[in-house]
Amino acid sequence: MKVKDIIDILNAEIICRDDLLDTEVQTACGSDMMSDVLAFVKEQGVLLTGLVNPQVVRTAEMMDMHCIVFVRGKRPSIDIIHLAEDRDMVMLATKMEMFTSCGRLYDAGLRGGIEK
Amino acid sequence: MDSIKLHYDISATDFTRAGAASGDVKRTLKALGVSPATIRNVAVAMYEGEINMVIHGGGGVIDVEITEDAIRMVLADQGPGIENVELAMKEGYSTAPDNIRALGFGAGMGLPNIKKYTDEFQLDTALGVGTTLTLKVFMK
Ligand SMILES: Nc1ncnc2c1ncn2[C@@H]1O[C@H](COP(=O)(O)OP(=O)(O)OP(=O)(O)O)[C@@H](O)[C@H]1O
Ligand SMILES: [Mg+2]
Repeated sequence: MKVKDIIDILNAEIICRDDLLDTEVQTACGSDMMSDVLAFVKEQGVLLTGLVNPQVVRTAEMMDMHCIVFVRGKRPSIDIIHLAEDRDMVMLATKMEMFTSCGRLYDAGLRGGIEK
Repeated sequence: MDSIKLHYDISATDFTRAGAASGDVKRTLKALGVSPATIRNVAVAMYEGEINMVIHGGGGVIDVEITEDAIRMVLADQGPGIENVELAMKEGYSTAPDNIRALGFGAGMGLPNIKKYTDEFQLDTALGVGTTLTLKVFMK
C-alpha cells in the first residue's frame, strides 16, 4: 500500500511531509520501546508508536523507515516535526490505540516483515 | 579514497540530541556512496553506542574513521564503567532506571545488538574510569 492509504485506514491526521504520501510501504512494526525496534526489526517501512521524543525519529532514521504513526492521540512537538521533515519522513497521528491500529493495517495487507 | 575522520563530542545533559552524531555519520556514508547494508550496520551500532554513552556513560567522544575497506568507530566515555561485562552482553540485561525506560530505551538489547551489527567488537571498561567501545564494520 501507499503511505496515504494509512490515513484512511487509521482515520489519521497528517503531521508532516504530505509530499511523500505516495511512498510504497509493505511492512510495519509497532513498539514503544526503541531498543526493541533497533534489535528486532529488519526491513520495516512504518513505525507505529505511542512514544513521543526525538529518538523515535532517529531510530526510524537508522532503520531507514519512511513513516511514523503516533497512536493513542499522541502529538509530537515542533522540534520533533522539524527533525522528521528534514529526514524525509512522513508523520501521521491517529486517535486509535496501538492494538487497533496494527490490526487494521494488518487487515489491509501490511505485514510484520522478516525478523532478524 | 583517502581516509575520512569525523569527531563528535557527546553531551549527556541533553537527551534530545542523543543520536545526532550517528545520524550525521549515516548521511556522510550515504553521500560517499557506501552500500545501504554497510550503512545500516554502522548506523545501528553507533546509535546504540551513542545512546549508551548518554544514558549510562555520562557523555564522551566518538571518533569515526572511514577508509576504503572499513568504518572504524571508537566511542569513549569517562563514566562509571561496567561492573560485569559478561552480564552486560546478555540480551535483556539492563540497569537502566524507569525514567530511561520511559524514553524508549533500557531493554538490555544494545550491546548484544552492537556486536551483531559489527565485524570487530572490543569493549574495554574499568570501574570508575570509563568505557571504550572499538568497532569495525567492513564495506560490503
Ligand atoms: N557506556 C557505558 N557505561 C556504563 N555502563 C554501560 C555502558 N554501556 C552499557 N552499560 C551497562 O551495560 C548494560 C547493558 O547495556 P545495553 O546497551 O545492552 O542495554 P541498555 O542500554 O540497558 O538497554 P538498551 O540498549 O536495550 O536500550 C546497561 O544497562 C549498563 O548497565
Ligand atoms: Mg543500550
